Amino acid sequence: MMKFPSYTTPREKLWFYTYRTFCGLVLFFLVAPLIVVIPLSFTNSVFLQFVPEMKIFSFETWSFNFDGYGIRWYKELLGICSENSGTTVCTDRWMVGIKNSALIAVFATFFASVLGTLAALGLSNRHMPFNRLIMALMISPMIVPLIITAAGMFFFFAKLNLVATIPGLIVAHTILGIPFVVITVTASLAGFDNNLLRAAATLGGSPLRNFFKIQAPLIAPGVISGSLFAFITSFDEVVIVLFVGGTKYTLPRQMWSGIRNEISPTILAAATILVIFSILLLTTLEMLRRRSEKIRGVTPH
Amino acid sequence: MSDTSLIDSKGQLLTNDGVPLKESLRKSLRRTKIRSFLLLLTPLLFLLIMFVGPIGSLLSRSIDDININTVLPQTFAQYELWEDKSILPSEEMFAAVINDIRITHKLENSEGKNIGKNLLGKAGTRMTYEYSGWRSLLLKTVKSATSVNTRSKEEIKPYKWEAPYKEQMIKRDKRWGKLEFWQSLGAMKDPYTMGYYLNAVDLRYDANKNVIQKADHLKIYKTIWMRTLKVSLMVTIFCLILAYPVSYLLATLPMRISNLLMICVLMPFWTSLLVRIVAWMIMLQQNGVVNDTMLTVLPCIYEGPINLPFFGETNIDLCFSEEDRIPMMYNFTGTIIVMTQVLLPFMILPIYSVMRGIPPSYMKAAKNLGATPTRAFIRVYMPQSVPGVGAGCILVFIVAIGYYITPELVGGKDGLMIGNFVAREMQQTLNWGLAAAMGAILLAAVLILYWAYDRLIGIDNLKMG
Repeated sequence: MMKFPSYTTPREKLWFYTYRTFCGLVLFFLVAPLIVVIPLSFTNSVFLQFVPEMKIFSFETWSFNFDGYGIRWYKELLGICSENSGTTVCTDRWMVGIKNSALIAVFATFFASVLGTLAALGLSNRHMPFNRLIMALMISPMIVPLIITAAGMFFFFAKLNLVATIPGLIVAHTILGIPFVVITVTASLAGFDNNLLRAAATLGGSPLRNFFKIQAPLIAPGVISGSLFAFITSFDEVVIVLFVGGTKYTLPRQMWSGIRNEISPTILAAATILVIFSILLLTTLEMLRRRSEKIRGVTPH
Repeated sequence: MSDTSLIDSKGQLLTNDGVPLKESLRKSLRRTKIRSFLLLLTPLLFLLIMFVGPIGSLLSRSIDDININTVLPQTFAQYELWEDKSILPSEEMFAAVINDIRITHKLENSEGKNIGKNLLGKAGTRMTYEYSGWRSLLLKTVKSATSVNTRSKEEIKPYKWEAPYKEQMIKRDKRWGKLEFWQSLGAMKDPYTMGYYLNAVDLRYDANKNVIQKADHLKIYKTIWMRTLKVSLMVTIFCLILAYPVSYLLATLPMRISNLLMICVLMPFWTSLLVRIVAWMIMLQQNGVVNDTMLTVLPCIYEGPINLPFFGETNIDLCFSEEDRIPMMYNFTGTIIVMTQVLLPFMILPIYSVMRGIPPSYMKAAKNLGATPTRAFIRVYMPQSVPGVGAGCILVFIVAIGYYITPELVGGKDGLMIGNFVAREMQQTLNWGLAAAMGAILLAAVLILYWAYDRLIGIDNLKMG
């Protein structure tokens, strides 16, 4: 219960509670769908809905009942088929998708981090001509509708024989990841004191050595958080994979075809794992942010 | 310092090496510029080749009409000479068509492989976009025009068809006698065409290359453009309505609590889009969580006959029962709900970060000067939050207008947007020119908004989480 000052009118109190309720509902609207996914992924039925067997507590017999739950769909996700899984065919295509996604995301993140950091370092020079234009260009892959990027790449990759290859997808996802790295590294460079590099130079360090010894550790949190963004973007991307992926399946593409064709709770198992994965990433990012604030001596306002 | 003069004869400042300071500074500035340029070179080239290039070449397809002009050059030349377009063209034009077909049919590439047949097929497809039926007509004529007299003893066997062609062609296929086919050639006679763009907004060329409206039953894209605009606007407005109060709450609460609540905003932002769509399917489908909940929670007020003053006895139903389950998935409503949830963080984050920067003392000062809380909020707080609102609105609108995945999966028939039609033309209809034209219009809209965003807020202020 909130403590109000003695002069608060009832109308103000009412307004306050209405406002808080509204905000609560909006936040609920944001997270509710994610919460629903988790229990349903442990269903034993083949339907994507809460069936009567899934009622945990029965008022008639006054007892708990977990018969409706199991890890059947997680087994299917991993390609383990010890029991008869009914209508759906047991395959390892989910695992293949996960492996492909991870492979593509790791390489794309690496290249995006390197290229994005280089670009951000170059752009940090205010005297650079066309600075603003180049910055806009570097960030544009994030702004241009994916469907247009995908269509353009489809024709271009077809000429280079990159369609339906892992390298092709790595190149495409690298491009999507660059803007995130550029933005985060630019932000961390904004707090970087150039006098540190000058001081290092007067002390006789070579430019390369100064970069790795002085600048790199200070902008590292920016690079890492940018690369996390790039990683999640690649891991989550489906439009470009649909256009230039050909026969190569990634996890999102597997989910896409799962949603379109044979909707089974395996998708929910995959979704739950992804939700947990994103929570882990979010925590990492938050820790990085705190660390970078500590290094730079900036405290949140 | 005292033994070396730091000022030269012209009064310029010198460095220790005796070089004018100005010169030395300029040199060092140039060196940093070169270094920055070298750093930028690799990423810039990579992006230009792998991103800008492909999009550019896609866009060039939207005006490209060269293929048809290499296939039928004589025909188009004759078309220019065709004066009265209300009567059938003369024998020369018929002959030109046959000649063009015969020449193209024998075309070979540098390795001696026939490419003419493929070109003719492509030309037929292109012509069908202007007037349906062209492809089958052309391919049928190709067959007759290129068949040779096998019994002839000459080295190069003569064609079966001989001039004059007009009669024969019309006899073989009545469509050659139809004016519409001939007139539609007018739209294709230039190597560059705006035809795809016109098609994308439900217009077309007539015989004299004037722009006219398409027949009503062929108009489909105007609705789609309007719907794309409507969905994007609605989503932006809903996001704003939901985001503004929440951002205010997050910005005014103590940091510790607001960071905790921020997780609610960031978690969906970080979760795979497909996961969120699946989640909404479970929530909104006919047997979904929302409908189930409404079925159990909503009270049954009254169901049965009632005696109304003017209508007499009527059956009314104030119950939410099985048959009242609302369809919220695979339609317009579904698209709006899901897109609003997906894009809400894009609205909350910029508004929040602007609101965090507004000193609370301003509101206190306004109240101290006698403003009511409402008035203080509207006159003092809201104007200061406008930059965040602007940023959020543009961002949400930009992302929404190019959306493809969500409408495709939850939009059903009446929730599809222009992005879905670009994909459809790319993958199913294979009308790449049209896909490119629609994409170009979409891209132009996005880039204008992007430019506005850059001008208003600056792209380097883009915040993510």
